[in-house]
Amino acid sequence: MSKIEVFKQGFLDVIPLTIPVIPFGIIYGVTATEIGLSPMIIFVMSFVIFAGSSQIAFSQLFIAGACPLVMITSVAVINSRHLLYGAVLSQYLNKLNYYWRVLLSYLMTDQAFSVSLSYFKKNKKNYNSHFHMLGSGFTLWFLWQISTLLGIVLGNIVPEQLGLEFTIPLTFLSLIILELRKLNHLIIIMISGVTSLFSYSFPYKIYIIISALLSLSAAYILITKFKKK
Amino acid sequence: MIWFWISVAGLVTFLTRYSMIAFIDPETLNTNLKKVLNYVPSAVFPALIFPAVFLDKKGFFVNIDNPQIWAFCIAVIVGYFFKNIILTIVSGLISFWILTFCL
Repeated sequence: MSKIEVFKQGFLDVIPLTIPVIPFGIIYGVTATEIGLSPMIIFVMSFVIFAGSSQIAFSQLFIAGACPLVMITSVAVINSRHLLYGAVLSQYLNKLNYYWRVLLSYLMTDQAFSVSLSYFKKNKKNYNSHFHMLGSGFTLWFLWQISTLLGIVLGNIVPEQLGLEFTIPLTFLSLIILELRKLNHLIIIMISGVTSLFSYSFPYKIYIIISALLSLSAAYILITKFKKK
Repeated sequence: MIWFWISVAGLVTFLTRYSMIAFIDPETLNTNLKKVLNYVPSAVFPALIFPAVFLDKKGFFVNIDNPQIWAFCIAVIVGYFFKNIILTIVSGLISFWILTFCL
């Protein structure tokens, strides 16, 4: 497949997963405006940080007058899951030059990671497969900037009753829906999910990385002690 | 000052994304570790799913009659049988609307 075709495939694969991006971007724009940040700051954050929940946490902590160390730690912890995504993707992106790796890192999001990883696994011999992540990553990036602007300019145009925030967990569910059929994965999913419920109230949103690391340790035990597959 | 801290936050975020891609040499990963990495989506995404479905904004468990829980279950069942990303999301959202507005 040519570069353009692979790019287009990345765009098409990620589109269904962008349903929550628009309302979430708008929510960010609206919340940040309401708590008193200037439109310029709000927009630049979407550009410089480009990570929804970190941006919301950062804005709230800033307005609350938290010390910078707390703000930065919070951002680092929320984003620590990217370290795991990077470790997985490194197996497919290590042949790329510096510029590509910087660009694709900047564009790394939960959704782009997930759809492009599936593509990489299926197209190990495709020389242009990194264009898939450029397509999926750029699509999400573009929609995030647009929806941030919409939130700033138009205010809350999405009625809360529509429950569009609920599309966030639905999207992540759709990304692991095939794994529900595999017993090992199902066990890991349940361990991670239950852990997250009970560690949710810990500070800095640390529950995400705690649940991930705990269930990955369980995965390691499953793999080494019970060598089924 | 906020501009400075936004830049730092941006840099930290970028480093979480970039460092592993830049510094891990896949050749040095042993096979067990590579197998564990296959579980990363199954280990991370539930932590983003469960609290959003079963907890309210303050971190308390929602009531069992909350439409979210039932819409989520329907999405799991539909997704499980149809193995389709779009159907999973759409069935969950439509069930949520039906349970919220019609019942």
